Amino acid sequence: MNRTLLSDNQLRTLHGRLGYWVVFSCAFIAFAVAFVLPFVWMLLGAMKSAPELAHVPPTILPEQWHPETYSDAWSFMELAKYFGNTVMIAGGAWLVQLAVDVPAAYALSKLRPVLGNWILGLMLATLMLPASALLVPTYLTITDVPVVHTNMINQPGAIWLPAAANAFNIYLLKRFFDQVPGELIEAATIDGAGRITTMVRVVLPLSRPILAVVSIFAIVAAWKDFIWPLLVLPDPGAQTLSVALNRFAPDTPINLLLAGLVLASIPMVAVFLVFQRQILAGLTAGSLKG
Amino acid sequence: MTATLIETTSLRRPEKPARRRGPRSSGRPGRFGDNLTGYGFLCAALICFALFSWYPIIRGVLLSFQQVDFVNPATWVGWANFQKLFADPLFAVAWRNTLYFTLLALVFGFAIPFVVAMVINEFRHAKGFFRLVVYLPVMLPPVVTALLWKWFYDPGPGLFNTLLHAVNLPGLSWLDSSSTSMLSLVLVSTWANMGSATLIYLAALGGIPGELYEASELDGATIWQRVRYITIPHTRFVLLVMMLLQIVATMQVFTEPYVMTGGGPEDSTVTVLLLLYRYAFVYNDFGTASAMSLLLFLALGAFSALYLRLTRTRG
Repeated sequence: MNRTLLSDNQLRTLHGRLGYWVVFSCAFIAFAVAFVLPFVWMLLGAMKSAPELAHVPPTILPEQWHPETYSDAWSFMELAKYFGNTVMIAGGAWLVQLAVDVPAAYALSKLRPVLGNWILGLMLATLMLPASALLVPTYLTITDVPVVHTNMINQPGAIWLPAAANAFNIYLLKRFFDQVPGELIEAATIDGAGRITTMVRVVLPLSRPILAVVSIFAIVAAWKDFIWPLLVLPDPGAQTLSVALNRFAPDTPINLLLAGLVLASIPMVAVFLVFQRQILAGLTAGSLKG
Repeated sequence: MTATLIETTSLRRPEKPARRRGPRSSGRPGRFGDNLTGYGFLCAALICFALFSWYPIIRGVLLSFQQVDFVNPATWVGWANFQKLFADPLFAVAWRNTLYFTLLALVFGFAIPFVVAMVINEFRHAKGFFRLVVYLPVMLPPVVTALLWKWFYDPGPGLFNTLLHAVNLPGLSWLDSSSTSMLSLVLVSTWANMGSATLIYLAALGGIPGELYEASELDGATIWQRVRYITIPHTRFVLLVMMLLQIVATMQVFTEPYVMTGGGPEDSTVTVLLLLYRYAFVYNDFGTASAMSLLLFLALGAFSALYLRLTRTRG
């Protein structure tokens, strides 16, 4: 292990060992209270009855366990529909982003058409804008898309297509493709592979790590997003979980609402537990070494 | 539209595009064919960027000087939208609140993750546990976090006052009082977002060569001297970049005030973005909302530009 601020020798002294365990225990307790207790409190709260939740001071464990609240919440808020919507929106946003951004990054990296660098620069320039500065004009564009003059409000495309205009995805992918040796592509070409075959059969299999990172972050971002779906999906039947939960919150009994919050969090927590490594890699993706 | 985590955390500078073109394969379509396929691969992205990024940028600037609603055609009104904004007493309130939020978020959200990362980095046990739980809140949808914490903040049966009472402290009114409402929002937002900063700092700390610490120890440096002369200089760049990113992100705070307080009590949590939302989607005054977007962009542009400069020019 890499040597850190304190050396193992220092920690081995009586003084060091005592200090270490005091700090460690304090940190452990602080983390348990700050980051584990809220989740446990939410899980337990959902299984208390509504009158019990109004008690001051609150009970710690439910007096009577109501695990059926979860299924009640599922039907009361029609969560099946909103889960379906959210899966469709997040899944679609993922597929559209891959379908649009992967070939674009590949072209900018390997095919290098004229003005390619200009195009890349114009794409990266959009990263300078705070996302919220474009909220109004993009919303108005969605209500009346230029050239085709359609109104995309309440359609999943209203989320998918703007999500695909993601300069950061293109940048990350292009940087990865740049490292794929040109000889591989030449070899494939000599063997008679076309441009598309070369990309799909030669370059993409090598790019699995970066495709995983881009995919996970695309899905997580779409699942978590609130303000944009709130604007472009006013029809209650088309809304995502986040937007629907916020709409239900004022007139839903608190125990049902809590159960709904738990259910809405499960998929993302599961994604995190399964893909921890990729998420960590994505967070620090080349972020530290210039 | 979404600022994903990964978007906000790349600190690596973009590479200079290579001047030299790769060797052309013979027997394939020539220069013209290459360009044709190249643009074929690019066209979907070009359409998406043109429609939903480049065009809205230009349109946003134009809208700022127009009167726009869904009924009448847009008309040019010059600076009237800006004058209307400056005449609105809430406009100044929104900026003051937003700056207050940003400042408080810096105090909590900037210092805490770094200290936490430094402490975790020294641990020889259960590092995985710390890394796991600090990042869990980041995965929750922000609406879930906001609704959950609204329940925690309930002055009666809420979790926080219960905890305060348990250690014999008086309870607070949290979101119900204009003096603590903003602080409450900062706490949620810090809890929800500090995981990513902590993990990035941990990675940065892990990259500091151990020999430096060893050498300084042999030279008799104390722990604080080691922090001051080794840890901080080696993480200064990451710290600076994360600070810029955090300022840009917190100036755009929306979900927490929208879901938890709706701007109240007494307008104490009306933020710039919340007011912008009201102008656009409650009053349908898209011109004034665009003028506000333009001002927000100008305020944040400096930070974004500095961020890009730093990440591009760092050798």
